[in-house]
Amino acid sequence: MKKLRFHPCGNYRENYKEELTIFETDFGRLWLGIGLLALFLILPWVVKPYMIYVLNMMGIAAIAAIGLNILIGFTGQISLGHGAFFGVGAYAAAVLATSLDLPFFMIVPAAAVVTSLVGMIFGIPSVRLKGLYLTIATLAGQFIVEYILLHWESLTKGTMGITLPKATLLGWELSGDTSFFFVIFICLIVMTWIAVNMIRTKYGRAFIAIRDNDRAAEGMGIPIFRYKLLSFAVSSFYAGFAGALWAYYMVSITSEPFNLGLSVEYIAMVIIGGMGNITGSIFGAIFITGLNEVLRWLTDSMMNMGVFTSTGLNMAPLREFTFGAAIVLFILFEPRGLAEVWRIIRSRFRLWPFSY
Amino acid sequence: MDFFVQLLVNGISIGLLYGLSAMGFVMIFKSSSVLNFAHGELLAFGAFLFLAMVTWAHLPLPAAFLFTLAGCFALGFIVERIFLRPLIGEPLIFVIMLTVGLASMFKGLLLLVWGGNLHTYPDFLPEFLSIDWGIIHVAPVYVATLIIGMIFLSLFGLFFKYSSQGIYMRSVADNQKAALSLGVHVKRVFALSWAIAALVAGMSGIVLGIINGINVHDLSAIGLKVFPVVILGGLDSIGGAIIGGIIIGLLETFTGGYLSPSLRDVVPYIVLVLILLVKPYGLFGLKEIERV
Repeated sequence: MKKLRFHPCGNYRENYKEELTIFETDFGRLWLGIGLLALFLILPWVVKPYMIYVLNMMGIAAIAAIGLNILIGFTGQISLGHGAFFGVGAYAAAVLATSLDLPFFMIVPAAAVVTSLVGMIFGIPSVRLKGLYLTIATLAGQFIVEYILLHWESLTKGTMGITLPKATLLGWELSGDTSFFFVIFICLIVMTWIAVNMIRTKYGRAFIAIRDNDRAAEGMGIPIFRYKLLSFAVSSFYAGFAGALWAYYMVSITSEPFNLGLSVEYIAMVIIGGMGNITGSIFGAIFITGLNEVLRWLTDSMMNMGVFTSTGLNMAPLREFTFGAAIVLFILFEPRGLAEVWRIIRSRFRLWPFSY
Repeated sequence: MDFFVQLLVNGISIGLLYGLSAMGFVMIFKSSSVLNFAHGELLAFGAFLFLAMVTWAHLPLPAAFLFTLAGCFALGFIVERIFLRPLIGEPLIFVIMLTVGLASMFKGLLLLVWGGNLHTYPDFLPEFLSIDWGIIHVAPVYVATLIIGMIFLSLFGLFFKYSSQGIYMRSVADNQKAALSLGVHVKRVFALSWAIAALVAGMSGIVLGIINGINVHDLSAIGLKVFPVVILGGLDSIGGAIIGGIIIGLLETFTGGYLSPSLRDVVPYIVLVLILLVKPYGLFGLKEIERV
């Protein structure tokens, strides 16, 4: 039997392979397994349908946030156009589903591939641009994509929006929150697995080298333009995948939600979760989506109590403010995000009662 | 021909406004290399503060104007002190994201206080400022914009070229560490540049408010339109901001007039991408040379 590994009381890693391990101890693996079992076998039958809807939203946001984290956290290219790519994925799925008679499980990856091609087009400016300038270029990309989604009426039907056919998977019709719950979370797990492992390959190392210093990376023989494009492609693949799932889940889509606000939301997820940390993005997605829901619930209950009816306070400003405040506070007080908070909590437990 | 001339005049007037709005943005970038996504909200803050002074406090116009400028100056100072100072020396993305966060915070606050409706100032600009030459008609507010823009342009030019604070600002923008080691008070430079930038932004906000009415959403959208303007002119050139603004304004009105009105809002961004691909440092920007 394999020897179980426990927490070492120091850094005893001797080679690079040990440095790359995902689970430090076998307990981590065990707890992950227990958590996944609870997620799939217990959770969907215990919580209310509305909570399942919220969980689904978190799952979709987490997929997109992981993609953005690969771009921002690992490759160091700040993109303000992720919301638009999410929209491209949603529209690609909608157009493919209505025009071609393909099954659900082929349309979602196909939409993601289309999005990654679009993402590569908007990654082209990264040949010459970096840092601030690239961020501005992606900001422009956001507006241009938004415009195209709204005005290419023969394809996207403009403000009318597109209604998608029912999704079927292996003869099983996906309808209702619970069936989508399984699809979304299985996708999330697969995508997380791919992302975590991709970072450990030479591609991931090249991304990190470009983030740390692109000139030096080029000097070490990394073709930086190719890898930057690849990073854009992977990141928008994730966004497109999430967007396609979202389109199927929402049934009918318009171009309205895919605005700059959505892009900022995704960046907030990455920053609040922790840049350069895949699990962090999942935390960030849970945090931001949860924050949205809490604020909605709060304003609704306030309306019902009659506190704010006279002043006509609606949710948007409060949401906007809380969002900004969350981003600002995390940057000022915990720039490494929730992933770091989680690490600190874990090490507290690990060292208890004899912290040394 | 009449249509063309009127579009030309409109374009230049709108462009001057963009240029004026972009000035404060360039000011911050020039001294601290910070890309300020909250610029539109600074504009809106100035506009709303002036509105509050005029309609709620019923101050006479000059006093209201001075108080607004003082308020904006203080706001810039406070923002720098509380939010930006802890980030000196941190990676770029944190600074950019901080300004994005600040933008939504300010927007939320302004919406909470004033709501999303359109407000207007009472009419106060004198009529003699307007220009009427045959087919060319220019409203007084645009003439005022031109005058304000010229005053600020020359003031800033002199400030950056001759005053010691201006030279400190340029040195800090060029290389923070070197400036620190040569005894420049970097923190004071940052605080001052944010304060001045907020002041200029507040003033542009007032001018914009006179023309279009005051609305949080519109003003923050102008804060984003500043990006094509400054990229075209060069991120660190104040004169370039004005020229970039005029070019973008002309482009907007001509596409709006001749091609299609819906294309109008997206044309600046298309131009922006093209410029970035061809001439990343803009028309008048300083080329950065980078060493490993």
